[in-house]
This record gives sequence, C-alpha cells and structure tokens, in this order.
Amino acid sequence: MEIRWSGEGRELTIALSGELDHHTAKEVLHTLDALMEERLPLDCTLDLSGLEFMDSSGIAVILGVYRRVYELAGAFRVERVPPQAARVLGASGIDRIVEIRGEAVI
Amino acid sequence: MKAPLNEVRLRFLSRSRNEAFIRSAVAAFCAPADPTLEELGDIKTAVSEAVTNCIVHAYPDSLGWIAVRARLFEDGLLELTVRDRGRGIENIAAARAPMFTTGGAERSGMGFTIMESFMDLVRVRSAPGKGTTLTLRRRLHSRETSPARS
Ligand SMILES: Nc1ncnc2c1ncn2[C@@H]1O[C@H](COP(=O)(O)OP(=O)(O)O)[C@@H](O)[C@H]1O
Ligand SMILES: [Mg+2]
Repeated sequence: MEIRWSGEGRELTIALSGELDHHTAKEVLHTLDALMEERLPLDCTLDLSGLEFMDSSGIAVILGVYRRVYELAGAFRVERVPPQAARVLGASGIDRIVEIRGEAVI
Repeated sequence: MKAPLNEVRLRFLSRSRNEAFIRSAVAAFCAPADPTLEELGDIKTAVSEAVTNCIVHAYPDSLGWIAVRARLFEDGLLELTVRDRGRGIENIAAARAPMFTTGGAERSGMGFTIMESFMDLVRVRSAPGKGTTLTLRRRLHSRETSPARS
C-alpha cells in the first residue's frame, strides 16, 4: 500500500494505491487518522485510482475518513474508483452515503 | 454433483498477510476456466472477505489454521469452502445482516453482504466454540448462458 497526499490549508487530497485489505488497512487507518488530526480538512478527496484491489476493509477506511470530515462539517468525496473497487462500493451501498465521482481510467 | 475437473486444498495460519496469498492462489486456480476480469474480481473479493473473517473473528487473539478447498466443475461452476476451528457464530442470521459487526470501527459489517452479492450461493455452517465452514459457489461465464445478474 502507498498513501500520498497533497493540497494546501484545509484542502486535502489523499491517493491510495496497491491492495487495500484487512492486512494493509491497519496501517492506512493509522496514517490517515494522524493526517486528518493534523490537517482538519474542510474539503477532502480520496483518490482510489491506484487501487489494484479493495474489499470491505476499504469501506471501513472510507467511512472513517468520511466521519472525520463530517465532524468538521466539511465536504468529502471519493474519486476515480477502479472497476473492482466500484463493485464493492456498489454492493455495500456506501454510494448512498458518500459522494462518488467518476471511475478510474485503466 | 459430478466429480470436479480440478481440486486444490490449502491450509495456512491465520496471519493477515495470507489474505493476499489466498486471493492470488484462488485466482490462479480459476485461470483455466478463463473467467472475465469482473468474475475474477468478484471471486477474489469474496475469498478475501471469507478468510479475513476467520483471521479477525474466528481466531481473535490467537493463531489458528484456515483450510480452503477450491473445486472447479465441467460446467464452469466454482465452489470454495473456507473452514476454521475458531470461535464460531452464535446467531448466523444476525451475522449475515448488513452492517452487523462484532469487530468495532475497523470493520464495516459488510463482508457477508458483499459475498452474497458476488456469489450465487453462500452457505454458513457454524457451531459456537467449534468453528465455521463457509461454502461459496459461482458459475463462471454466467452472462453468456443466463440473464445478467443484478
Ligand atoms: N469465521 C467466523 N468466525 C466467527 N465469527 C464470524 C466469522 N465470520 C463472521 N463472523 C461474525 O459475523 C459478523 C459479520 O461478518 P461480516 O459481514 O464479514 O462483517 P465484519 O467482518 O466487518 O464484522 C462478524 O462481525 C462476526 O461477528
Ligand atoms: Mg468480514
């Protein structure tokens, strides 16, 4: 798993790449928790275009970030979701809670 | 059921790094049936959910063995069984419900929901204190022979 982020001030874009499962999610949750605490973003984007695999552990990661931004009354969206991850998001119904924009180009 | 075309059995410790291993192993096992990318993604996701449940819920504070059997039949039917000898499930109907989790904020409670939406069959046999056996079935290339799944 690789986690990269960019953005100035209260704007934050987080890009995840690799395989997001229970094994890798532990570290991702830890890193994102610290990052969210430091940046307190009001405008937050999670870019999933680099994900090669995601299961329901990824849903917990997305909901974790969503909750942190929601507490700040900020805006949050998930962007550029690859097909396999998109099917997981669809099956879980999370697309009814979280804004999802555009699929990844592969 | 007729004899399978092929069958493999794998036994491994409930270490979380084995989640990626078993996904790849099952994907490689399916390869001769020439699954679509979508089918492969669905199968890898379902296996990942099933094995993660053994690691997280069956053996919460110890290491235990997980046994996976994969069978491929002539008509393109893939059957996977995932067995643990862990804690077991008290109330299977409750456990299968969307958003139900005993795992806290790190879990979403969507594992069973995802397995059910990606597989044609999900069967759970469990006894508290004895363990759980999950059976998953998916017919490959189902789009060519039957109406599209929802
Ligand atoms: N192999 C298992 N052994 C014991 N309990 C299990 C097992 N698989 C699932 N469960 C129970 O079923 C619940 C729901 O599982 P699931 O839908 O995958 O959601 P999650 O794993 O996110 O909790 C788990 O929280 C757990 O209580
Ligand atoms: Mg689960």
